[in-house]
Amino acid sequence: MSAFLVRRIMHSLIVLFVMSVVIYGLIGLMPGDPVDLMISADPDVTAADAARLRAIYGLDQPLWSRYLNWLSAAAAGDFGYSRLYAQPVWQAILPALSNTLVLLVTSLLLALVIALPAGIFAATRPYSLADYGINLAAFAGISMPPFWLGILLILVFSVILGWLPAGGTAEAAGATGTWERLQFLILPVAALTIAGVGGHTRYMRASMIETLRQEYIRTARAKGLSESRVVLGHALRNAMIPVVTVIALDLGILFSGALITETVFAYPGMGKLIFDAIMGNDYNLALVGLLMATALTLIGNLLADVAYAALDPRISYEELDA
Amino acid sequence: MSETVAMAAEAPGRAVLGRFLRHRLAVMSAAVLGVLITLALLAPVIEQLLGIDAEAVDLFARYAAPSSAHPLGTDELGRDVLVRLLYGGQVSLFVGLTATIAAAIIGTTIGLFSGYAGGRFDAFVMRVTDGVIALPVLPLLIVLAAVDLGKLGFSESFLGSENVSLYRIVAIVALVGWTTVARLVRASTLSIKTRPFILAARAQGAGAGRIMFRHILPNLASPIIVATTLSVGNVILLESVLSFLGLGIQPPLPSWGNLLTGAQETIWEAPGLAFYPGVLIFVTVIAFNFVGDGLQDALDPRARDRRAADQH
Repeated sequence: MSAFLVRRIMHSLIVLFVMSVVIYGLIGLMPGDPVDLMISADPDVTAADAARLRAIYGLDQPLWSRYLNWLSAAAAGDFGYSRLYAQPVWQAILPALSNTLVLLVTSLLLALVIALPAGIFAATRPYSLADYGINLAAFAGISMPPFWLGILLILVFSVILGWLPAGGTAEAAGATGTWERLQFLILPVAALTIAGVGGHTRYMRASMIETLRQEYIRTARAKGLSESRVVLGHALRNAMIPVVTVIALDLGILFSGALITETVFAYPGMGKLIFDAIMGNDYNLALVGLLMATALTLIGNLLADVAYAALDPRISYEELDA
Repeated sequence: MSETVAMAAEAPGRAVLGRFLRHRLAVMSAAVLGVLITLALLAPVIEQLLGIDAEAVDLFARYAAPSSAHPLGTDELGRDVLVRLLYGGQVSLFVGLTATIAAAIIGTTIGLFSGYAGGRFDAFVMRVTDGVIALPVLPLLIVLAAVDLGKLGFSESFLGSENVSLYRIVAIVALVGWTTVARLVRASTLSIKTRPFILAARAQGAGAGRIMFRHILPNLASPIIVATTLSVGNVILLESVLSFLGLGIQPPLPSWGNLLTGAQETIWEAPGLAFYPGVLIFVTVIAFNFVGDGLQDALDPRARDRRAADQH
């Protein structure tokens, strides 16, 4: 177990390292550089001054040596300064990270609370009207453009009904009460939940149908167990194995969804932070933000592997390693 | 070889069609897609029939209500919404189809070579594939879309052309979209390459390339077609998201995604502008998903049989 975990963590660290090289290179390919931004504010700067500034900030050096400089500073805990937030990168990222985790965890839990029962219900009545309806709804959910879903929610609940704020944060609106704070969360959480629920329902349904076809389910039925005990007591645990794996693997997709939702609702999370950083040429912040997002999905993959082996005693970590 | 395949394919072809036709939602969806594609292709004709110019700006007729001249009204610059939706459809459907096909070709090639070669090469390629799958796709696509192509050495004249955002988005979607097909093809190649008919081909002196592309590939047609159809919808969603964020198709070239870019600001004045493009994306994506589902039933009858058995 521990040898497996160590190997997997090493593998994840290698991917993270490769991604830091790739992302650093890509950010180097974005238009302009920090000195361009500095001199755009001051028309008196000459070409010679610009060259001197580039030398001071090391921008005249080749990309690989700039990367090594960044890496050694980062290893010492210095990730640089955010241009947009006028703060060290870490101070800009931490509140955004906690906001995003609130959004992700809440909507993931809500999505599962809806999707798992719906998927099981549909699987126990395959090709019934209820199954058909659930399937149709799930297809509609995964086919909905997530940003448009956000716009529709704003259209209905903010523009037409006027019940909820169209976006932003409680802090910005000066709201202090718990309910007023919650109001700002409802629409983003709803958008992200609806975006995820369809996929989870389809996984759960497919996995449960497959499980109910097994011999041991026939045995359970033959010895006279009630249908609910067969499904919930015998089938559910096995049916959950692929579902849990897929949910953990989908963390990357969930994060992409959070980026869209946060941008539409002006919710100050990691997704919006990364988007703003890229758009605003905040190179340091964009780099660390993207690496954090990558790390988050790698952790999801790691959890998927662990959950896979933990839920299924037939699978040993040695097998997964091979 | 090709003759025998044609003969073998003809008889089941009818059965496949029959099974597809039984999936009512898939048939309906195929019809809807047919209508949408036809209308999008007919955009210039419809433009002429209505006697309007899609790019004509009329600041005196901003946000006009639907009328006989403008069946769906006008946008924030007084342009006709219907015709721009149709032209946007051309772009979105083109991107969806070409990027998916490009990704499928890349994925098929990688999967074939990886599965056929096996060993360390295969292990390495699959590790890379796993790595790409693990990435947070959207933030990375945003970086890729923000890259200055001039710094990559593309010529000025290429960068100046109106369609550069079109090629760019096809390229970046293909760059991250190949993984599903690659894994699928690789897994099937691993099992097919041990079958006797491959051994026979090899005994006849067929080279690796011939075995991969003439003997293995035709057997993978069904899963590749299904996976590709199912991913067209995702690609259209991805294009719409990037264009919505201002990083995909660049105006004045319309796409269903970038038609929604300003919609959030004008939602109080003209909610219709926020509505139509989204409905078209939604209908197109769900239709592709249903067609993919129907193809899966039609091309994988074993799954269908198992489903029939469930009903008893």
